[in-house]
Amino acid sequence: MRTKRRRKLIHGLIALAAAFVIFVIPFLFVLINAGKAGPEAASPSFAMPANWQLWQNLVAVVQARDYMLLLAYFNSTVITVGAIVLLVIFGAMVGYVLQRRPSKFNRVIYGFVLAGLMIPPAVVPTIWVLQGLGLFKTLHGMILIQVAYGLSFTVLLYRAFISTIPRDLDEAALIDGAKPWQIFFRVVLPLLKPVTVTVIVVQSISIFNDFTHPLYYLPGSENVTVQITLYNFQSQFVSQMNLLFMNILLVTVPPLLVFIFFNRQIVAGMTAGAVKG
Amino acid sequence: MQMKSPYPYWFVAPAAVIFTVLFLVPTAASFWFSLTNWDLFGFQFIGLENFIDFFSEPFLIKGLTNTIIFAVLTSGAKTVLGLLLAVLLTSGLFGQGLLRSIVFFPVLVSTIGVGILFAEMMHPTHGAINVALGYIGIDGPGWLTNPKLALYSIALVDIWRGVGLATLIYIAGLAAIGNEYYEAARIDGATRLQLFWRVTVPLVRPATTTVVILSLIGGLRLFDLIWAMTRGGPGFSSDVLASVIYKQYQAGFYGLSTAGNVILFALIALIIAPLAWWFNRKELDL
Repeated sequence: MRTKRRRKLIHGLIALAAAFVIFVIPFLFVLINAGKAGPEAASPSFAMPANWQLWQNLVAVVQARDYMLLLAYFNSTVITVGAIVLLVIFGAMVGYVLQRRPSKFNRVIYGFVLAGLMIPPAVVPTIWVLQGLGLFKTLHGMILIQVAYGLSFTVLLYRAFISTIPRDLDEAALIDGAKPWQIFFRVVLPLLKPVTVTVIVVQSISIFNDFTHPLYYLPGSENVTVQITLYNFQSQFVSQMNLLFMNILLVTVPPLLVFIFFNRQIVAGMTAGAVKG
Repeated sequence: MQMKSPYPYWFVAPAAVIFTVLFLVPTAASFWFSLTNWDLFGFQFIGLENFIDFFSEPFLIKGLTNTIIFAVLTSGAKTVLGLLLAVLLTSGLFGQGLLRSIVFFPVLVSTIGVGILFAEMMHPTHGAINVALGYIGIDGPGWLTNPKLALYSIALVDIWRGVGLATLIYIAGLAAIGNEYYEAARIDGATRLQLFWRVTVPLVRPATTTVVILSLIGGLRLFDLIWAMTRGGPGFSSDVLASVIYKQYQAGFYGLSTAGNVILFALIALIIAPLAWWFNRKELDL
């Protein structure tokens, strides 16, 4: 028995060492080079900085191009929060009807949900529609796009979770004379809190990290998002790799915080949605 | 008399409007626009010319074949590595929880950040990977500068980034397998290898379906990682459909770009639909 436990310990240590080399060292690389002086970082390496200047570099990145990074953080936050609010409310409503009312019509809706997961968005025609609606290059247009692209996954998560909430509750509220929207918003939605947290965590990370869609639908320097700053800085900072790495570091902080606080929910929610289907 | 349902369909309406206007309409319109010569000044119906162009231009067809190679390679690797890692990380190893977190963390980091980071680490002369290889006497290749290698280097980074999600899904799938199967097999004298092949692999099939389909769709649609690392270069050696679509859009060839979109759509349908059907049928056999 003791040898078995010792073997688990040794194997665990080997696995930790391997995971450290493969997964952690690249992030240390970012940190080290974000702390270097300009010339030192010209060709980024694992050599430690002669003296750490994380703070100076941070200030320099934030001030670059007229505080563009702050504007980007603002825009990304507005898009993420706006899209999440709509996704939670609208997505839960669809998941609720989809789970509670099996019918032919619902099979059609379910088909669209699955299509939304698979079909790649047709980008140029989407720009054409956005222009027609006056939503191209606007933050609220971007919010609605994120909602359209995030709905399928959100609906699937809610549908799976709502099946665990007994119908008796709906019926009791119905007998008490509640209207359908009252049943949903007062009785059901509050009970969906665990999966709502999952939706918020998973979708906020994917919207905050989205690069492709802002690149297409939100051009223009007044509309930058954090991922776009990274892309812009990649060409601007070729000679200042320390600032580029500081920018990567700053953009990684929000997901890192989310990860630290919500690790459990991410795991629970991802698996619930992914395996139950 | 039929009572009015407490689950009214207008609940679906707000989501349906957004989804229809911003997703279904553009998708439907793409079939029309892919048949046009569409630029900044207007469009003109040209039939299948965009598609003929697409399949006769070597650099465009390169994007198509690269897309398939990339998707098959990365999803295959994520499936195999994900299952092996999940088995390892549910075996009661020391530091198991920490290991799971470490493997999963790259999933959350922005792809564009990961792309820039690895583009630096894969630099042929001063990149950290080749410097490290140099210490043990290996002359590292030009990961991203060698046209024969660039696509595979990006695939490697994509596997690095995405294997955590596959692992997570497999961990959930493994948790759903009852211990009694293993006990029964053990009583019958099964070896560990037999346990893995005869019990684990068949019984995690739902998770396998999810991992394969998710990673294939992701691989076929991938854009940001490739754009951050090579912009499809050197030459067109690491171009995929998504980067071709973006390049044609940038160049103002909207019709051709949209045709690329339609091809991507068809490719996903052709690969995913039979696969999903095959997986589901197998599931019924059990």
